[in-house]
Amino acid sequence: MTDVASLTAAGARTSLLNRIGAKAEARGIPISVHLDLTWACNEGCVHCYLDHTAGGDMNTVEIKGALDQLAAAGTMFLTLSGGEIMLRKDIFEIVAYARSQLFDVRLKTNGILIGEGEADRFAELGVRAVNISIYSHLPEVHDAITRVPGSFHRSIEAVKRLKSRGRAVEIRVSVMRGGADYGRLRALAEELGAGILYDATIVPMIDGDRTPVLLNISPAERAAFYSDPAVLTGLEDVCASLAPADEELLNAHSCGAGHNGCYISPQGDVMPCVQFPLVCGSLRRSRFLEIWRSPQFAEVRGIRNRDLDVCGSCSSLSSCDRCPGLAFQDGNMRGASRQTCENTYSRTKAPTPLYPVATPDGA
Amino acid sequence: MLYIARSRSIAARALDGEMVIMSTSDSMLFTLNEVATEIWLAADGRTPLSQIVQDKVCARFEVEPEAAYADAEDLCRRLAEHGILAISDRPIDSPR
Repeated sequence: MTDVASLTAAGARTSLLNRIGAKAEARGIPISVHLDLTWACNEGCVHCYLDHTAGGDMNTVEIKGALDQLAAAGTMFLTLSGGEIMLRKDIFEIVAYARSQLFDVRLKTNGILIGEGEADRFAELGVRAVNISIYSHLPEVHDAITRVPGSFHRSIEAVKRLKSRGRAVEIRVSVMRGGADYGRLRALAEELGAGILYDATIVPMIDGDRTPVLLNISPAERAAFYSDPAVLTGLEDVCASLAPADEELLNAHSCGAGHNGCYISPQGDVMPCVQFPLVCGSLRRSRFLEIWRSPQFAEVRGIRNRDLDVCGSCSSLSSCDRCPGLAFQDGNMRGASRQTCENTYSRTKAPTPLYPVATPDGA
Repeated sequence: MLYIARSRSIAARALDGEMVIMSTSDSMLFTLNEVATEIWLAADGRTPLSQIVQDKVCARFEVEPEAAYADAEDLCRRLAEHGILAISDRPIDSPR
């Protein structure tokens, strides 16, 4: 039907997603939103960035109101996360409401409360994807990180239950000091029919406490991480470009945070990203679109690479996964972040503004 | 007579003149252009496709009704193959 109608199948799904993201950004539409339903959790992960005792979660009516506003604003991709979402007694009511508004729903959970009935219900409601955190292929290592005996087995069972119901499941691995056997983890994911995504950046707590950062892998472990075949996913991982920044790159920005997506805390605070805790407003006091169009979001959107204090002239800019949120947490959203610099150096081996650190004798 | 109904196993959002649709069962992603979107939105399971084509396509575009219907049917069958639309020769009460 080439003349009057057509459909585009996602043979090149990533390309289509990128086009949708760019179009949303150009139109000022928050196409992707990460909504935390609670920070309470039934695990006690040693590296967690959240305050599980914060409380003050939005109630069911408030969550539904937020979803109404997001749907009206054009949000399609909705990630429901926490804390542990299964601790909310209204979790199925919230998911059902989101699905009735035709959101694409992805859940982030540890899965230990997802039994047969819960998996059935999520499948019936049309939850498309679920991310489940697994920290090691060794049960005792995983359980030591979550501080819940038996959690590895229960999380793995949840993966199996959801996969058997046709849900897309991705294992999320936060890599921390001591590293992990990435090959065994990848093999475990393949055995389960799940995807796998590694994250080698342990971030500060959302209140600014930097204690979890101490759990980040050492420089030697980071170098090993970025050369492990089980981690590398594409040519860009091993062929990092050090091409000089051109006008297009200098006029671009680091990521979509605040441009086509944002984060909403359980208390209703709206921020550019869960890793970018600049509170731009509260849904308890303002409408979502008022916050989305606020001066705070405008400031975030206005930052181009050429405006960055040190990154703009960095030789690794073209291959850097600069995170403005980590820079913000380091004190300056226009600055560099040590963690990003360390990650980029580990991939490119080219010095970055904050890593390696110069010694007093210039070595 | 052919009837069409939107599947419940999809996520969808209008984005600046096109409809973005994600299958929740196999994560396939689609975009529909303006006219395909009109047909998809009118797929209520009760209105015959011929009526939808007449109201949503022929009334707005300079097209031959027979050709428009053939194109629309082809589009609907392709959408049905991916589970984002149900097709039946009788009215559809509750699509999956």
